[in-house]
Amino acid sequence: MAIKKFAVAAYDDEAVLFPAVKKVRNSGYKLHDVYTPFAVHGLDQAMGLKETDLHIAGFIYGICGTSTAVGFISWIFTSDWPIIYGGKPHFALPAWVPITFELTVLFAAVGMTLTFCYLNQIMFGVKKHVFHPRQSDDLFVMAIEINDKTPQDEVVKFLKSTGAVETSVQMAEEGWWYGRWDQKEEYEALNAG
Amino acid sequence: MNDRFEIPARLRNTSIALIAIGVLTLIGGIASLLTSNVDTDRARFWTVLLHDSVFFTLITTVSIFIQAAVSLAQGAWIVAFRRVPEAIGANVWIFGSIALLVLFGIVFTFTDSHGMNTIFPWVTIPEGDEILKGKSAFLNKGMFVGFSLVAVGLWSYFGRKFRAMSIAQESAPKNDTKIYWKVFRLSGVFLLVYALTQMSTIPWFWVMSIDAHWFSTLFSWYTFASAFVSGMSLIMLWIVYLKNQGNLVLVTTEHLHDVGKFMFAFSVFWTYLWFSQYMLIWYANVPEETVYFKMRQQGPYSIIFYSNFIINFVMPIVILMARPSKRNYFTVTFMAMVIIFGHWLDYFQMIMPGPLGAEWHINWYEIGIFMGFAGILIFTVSRTLSKASLITHNNILLKETAIHIA
Repeated sequence: MAIKKFAVAAYDDEAVLFPAVKKVRNSGYKLHDVYTPFAVHGLDQAMGLKETDLHIAGFIYGICGTSTAVGFISWIFTSDWPIIYGGKPHFALPAWVPITFELTVLFAAVGMTLTFCYLNQIMFGVKKHVFHPRQSDDLFVMAIEINDKTPQDEVVKFLKSTGAVETSVQMAEEGWWYGRWDQKEEYEALNAG
Repeated sequence: MNDRFEIPARLRNTSIALIAIGVLTLIGGIASLLTSNVDTDRARFWTVLLHDSVFFTLITTVSIFIQAAVSLAQGAWIVAFRRVPEAIGANVWIFGSIALLVLFGIVFTFTDSHGMNTIFPWVTIPEGDEILKGKSAFLNKGMFVGFSLVAVGLWSYFGRKFRAMSIAQESAPKNDTKIYWKVFRLSGVFLLVYALTQMSTIPWFWVMSIDAHWFSTLFSWYTFASAFVSGMSLIMLWIVYLKNQGNLVLVTTEHLHDVGKFMFAFSVFWTYLWFSQYMLIWYANVPEETVYFKMRQQGPYSIIFYSNFIINFVMPIVILMARPSKRNYFTVTFMAMVIIFGHWLDYFQMIMPGPLGAEWHINWYEIGIFMGFAGILIFTVSRTLSKASLITHNNILLKETAIHIA
């Protein structure tokens, strides 16, 4: 993870944001991310994000839950502690289905939640740079990475031309870090240093 | 925009051919089964008609239910193809009337050589049968006829009413929401009607009372789930067909995905209810309850019992789980046909064991009658579809449905 320079533009309307995203992609600037106060339908397609693999992870977690349940219960009831109850065979599969189902759901749910947090870089104690305080309130905020080939003034001018209500240039950590907010400056100084 | 559906000659000829096969089969059935001296032959004549007419009535009624449920939730995704469930729902009265004829035919005319009604045993209660006597306050001819008439009447009314309102919206002033809210209110009323008919009483009378000594409290939910998933598959088949004809321009893979989700999710829901009913009875092991599954699981129906589970649960969950397969025209069409066949089998194993015992067949008669009903469905629904525009012009949710993302 590294500190990078970003050009940040804030929009106050979805109808302006979508063409702006399209223009940025056509222009060849490196779109870092777009932050919106609510889920905007179709924005991921507009940004060209690839379909998430979260559901494949969910399937794998689910299969793990199923096999854990069936394996563990069948080990207990057939070899570790076999008891006959209700005249049922030791290997009484239908009776185990509810528990197997619950464990499948539990594994998939917990695993997918954690994976979701990892993919989105959110977790207890984990911090991420906030480009604009109103990005969770009423503005749509777009961040563009600035590098040697993209002069800062040119990018800002370009963003203004797409209809941004506010623009700024920020040095920011692009990924997440673990710690307290008051350690942020210390941390950034260390990285920049 | 190509929004009118003109029935292709091939479709019309196919449907007429299917109806002809059905009529010939029925005549053959009357000649060889109804007039037979063997009790099970005569029972087979009636139960096959009962099975198909009830199955088709219930799966077409689902189209009214999905319209009402989505209207009440103010969903826009259905609007792109809303004329399809409307057209199916508007023809419920045909299948309902056939079902009523068959049901009343069985209740009032059918008896075996001992003078007993083996299909609905509660019609002729044997001497000393305390269980059926105890149920006779509910299971009697008056209640049966009353509930059936009211249910079919209300379904037919709402099916035609929803379509009429949707067509009236086309000539209403632009952005007028009067009809929209009328549909909204009537949807609430219909859901209540539906809950008291197809989700509870009607399957008790039409299907569960065949095994009159036995009962299951979630039976109606289970038959509803079965009907619902095949009803959604039926809508899917029509969407794919119309899309292939170049109609339904607003339908994209996003809408296909939504209907595919219903086919997948409600296959799992059906399995949940099927298994809940089975597992409790298996676990408690009370003879008067297990007798139902003795015949089906270990008796002559075991092949249908297990293929029911594989076709209706294993196949949908394996084939439809992945996102791309719900967005693919081939897989959804294939699975829609598989699901309709699977739930036809499901109804088969609910209905046949009571009257026929080991003497069940899936032979010329069963297949011919099914084809006849399929022919009636294709003929009537395509006729209704061709009578109005396939795009619900002037519907206030039309733009929302066009930009819908699943």
